[in-house]
Amino acid sequence: MAETTRREFMLGEGSGTGSGSQNLHVGVGPAHPAMHGIIRIVTELDGEAIVRADVEIGYLHRAFEKDCEAGGYNNAIPYTDRLNYVSPLINNFGYCAVVEKLLGIDVTERCKYIRVIMAEISRICDHLTCIGASAMELGAFTVFLYMIKAREFLWELVEDVTGARLTISYGRVGGVKADLPDGFASSVAKAFKQTREVLDEVHRLLTGNRIFMDRMVGVGVLSREVTIAYAITGPLLRAVGMPYDVRRAQPYDVYDRLEFQIPTQTDGDNYARYLVRMAEMEQSMRIVEQALALIPGGPINVDFEGRPIDPASYVDLGKQGKTEGLLLVPITLSPNLQGSERPAHARVNAHDKRVVLPPKETTYGSIEGLMNHFMLIMEGYGIRPPQGEAYVAVEGANGELGFYVVSDGTDRPYRVRCRPPCLPPMAALHRMIEGEMVADLIPTFGSVNMIGGELDR
Amino acid sequence: MGIGTFFTSKLDEAIGWARKYSIFQYPFVTACCGMEYMATACSHYDIDRFGAGLPRFSPRQADVLFVVGTISHKMAPVLKRVYDQMTEPKWVVAFGVCTCTGGFYDNYATVQGIDTIIPVDVYIPGCPPRPESVIDGLMKLQDKIATQVQRF
Amino acid sequence: MDGAAILAALTARFGSGVVETHDHRGDHTAVVTREALPGVLAWCRDEPSLGFAMLTDLTAVDYLKYPGHADGPRFEVVYHLYSLAHNHRLRLKVKVDEDDPVVPTAVDLWPIANWFEREVWDMFGVRFAGHPDLRRLLMYEEFVGHPLRKDYPIDRRQPLIGPTT
Repeated sequence: MAETTRREFMLGEGSGTGSGSQNLHVGVGPAHPAMHGIIRIVTELDGEAIVRADVEIGYLHRAFEKDCEAGGYNNAIPYTDRLNYVSPLINNFGYCAVVEKLLGIDVTERCKYIRVIMAEISRICDHLTCIGASAMELGAFTVFLYMIKAREFLWELVEDVTGARLTISYGRVGGVKADLPDGFASSVAKAFKQTREVLDEVHRLLTGNRIFMDRMVGVGVLSREVTIAYAITGPLLRAVGMPYDVRRAQPYDVYDRLEFQIPTQTDGDNYARYLVRMAEMEQSMRIVEQALALIPGGPINVDFEGRPIDPASYVDLGKQGKTEGLLLVPITLSPNLQGSERPAHARVNAHDKRVVLPPKETTYGSIEGLMNHFMLIMEGYGIRPPQGEAYVAVEGANGELGFYVVSDGTDRPYRVRCRPPCLPPMAALHRMIEGEMVADLIPTFGSVNMIGGELDR
Repeated sequence: MGIGTFFTSKLDEAIGWARKYSIFQYPFVTACCGMEYMATACSHYDIDRFGAGLPRFSPRQADVLFVVGTISHKMAPVLKRVYDQMTEPKWVVAFGVCTCTGGFYDNYATVQGIDTIIPVDVYIPGCPPRPESVIDGLMKLQDKIATQVQRF
Repeated sequence: MDGAAILAALTARFGSGVVETHDHRGDHTAVVTREALPGVLAWCRDEPSLGFAMLTDLTAVDYLKYPGHADGPRFEVVYHLYSLAHNHRLRLKVKVDEDDPVVPTAVDLWPIANWFEREVWDMFGVRFAGHPDLRRLLMYEEFVGHPLRKDYPIDRRQPLIGPTT
């Protein structure tokens, strides 16, 4: 380009400027409210139209894959929570599924139902956050408040089961941390009733809203060929008419026994993705309700006399040598957190001593339990899958969430790879926004539902 | 002389009271703590009742920088720049344990505490901190704002 | 198509290009040579009975510290393919040496390979011949080294600003 003088630059004249105008480079992010914090899009604008866009990621790289190699197999579970941090249960269970595949073990029936229930509740939370945040970025602040209110109802459910609201570390290799609490089915019914009311209100506020439709219809369109070529899965693929869902194509846990639909649209624009997500939330609620109706009780250990006793008497009996049948006796003050007592523990964890920690009563109550616990916790022992590799895909809220684990026979994973479902849409983002106007960048980016923890790992 | 200091100290208190109840925060949101920040800012826990309900997404218009979520080394220069662009008086809240000390991300990519880069006024630990912790931290920040020597 | 049939078809067509196959835990895997790789990938995508339209994942593994691999090639680039039409999966692997870590690119077949390959370059240092724009994806440009290699210590600090602890 020829040198331009200052006057020419300011007035858009001169030989180097072609038609009298020049493109403007605007950097969006990485500290931008609508970039969900951590994406940088360097756009080249011709007036309002985006001519070229370059998406730069990596601002939240936290070395997930390297950190997983540093500890045992169960140590990686808190790191997986923080991948897709709006639906952390799905990440937990995906990782546990791949390690269980490497080990060749199967979890109990009840555990599979619990995993399905908790994963679907997480999926609803993800969609609520996505739609709420993208509506807020368009100016619909009320919708954001309603969605977060609904999400709070679901987070109370998650807290009842796992003990935490967001980073729950609930899955374990071979099972889950604890059983469902009593009265869970009625709390779910109440929370879903309130969530359905909120979704109804949001439908009335947004779905037929003239301004919302003007901003979302026909914006950020991706054709079916481009979507598949970019390996995009999840709501974005279902918005172009391909009903691909890992829960239906390669069912895991008990999804093959539950009835649910796969909502699809055909337009492939932001509005279609919004409709797909709203419909998926209703389907997820259906799945949870069916699973709660079908969930099996599982074997419950009862003592040979059927009565629980208090811990002091338990210890006394042991000291006096009256240990016959002692391990079967439930204790009234449990050393466990709620849901992890021995009967519940047996219901939700695989019966495999090389993988699953024994319940605390057994650890404290018998030498075999203590040794079992020791062998699983101490370094050099632990869970040791045979050498090999495995890949498992689960349906995350954004699409196919894959975990690929390579095991070298020791107690630490050799390589843990997370295939992030939101990386392909981000790679295709420049295709979605080139040619659109700058203001269309915001709803398009919101509909992609980029979650930084998953994208950058 | 006594009358002079009486007036300036009352003025200080008044300004401190006004500043602590009109917090315009810049939520520098990066990661999971952002979800708890959203939960605290919305209807259930509501920081608007503390006067801190309006986030200003421009550093020139904000006075409290809430650093929410892990800061990686790639993001650190951006954080420093945003902090430098804010005008006095300004405060910084380290929200979440990743910003306090790096959290459990003791690796090549994570800044081990943002106080290695910018001065921090209130540390709110937690991974992520419950909204009650956030409100407690906010109230401590309000105490700090109200009682510090006001310059204007 | 059944997984074993896919592996049989691959071996039949590419002969010595397919070094070994296995299906550990039901994941059908074929290790191919670097020279055969572009042909194998193109055939997997275009052959109607295979129809692997989606490259779901492209990653690498560093076998430096793996027991029993001490003298073998150091890196293995792993491709996970999925076919929407036939609902089957395949894993392809290519072994590369440390002294010559170059693999032909898959960008012309699947555009998503652009970002996956950038990440492998960033994390492992494996180059992709023919890639239009091979630069770091997750780390910043000034970063020295390839973090996911086994000889990169996890707590080495390379801050852009601030103290080095």
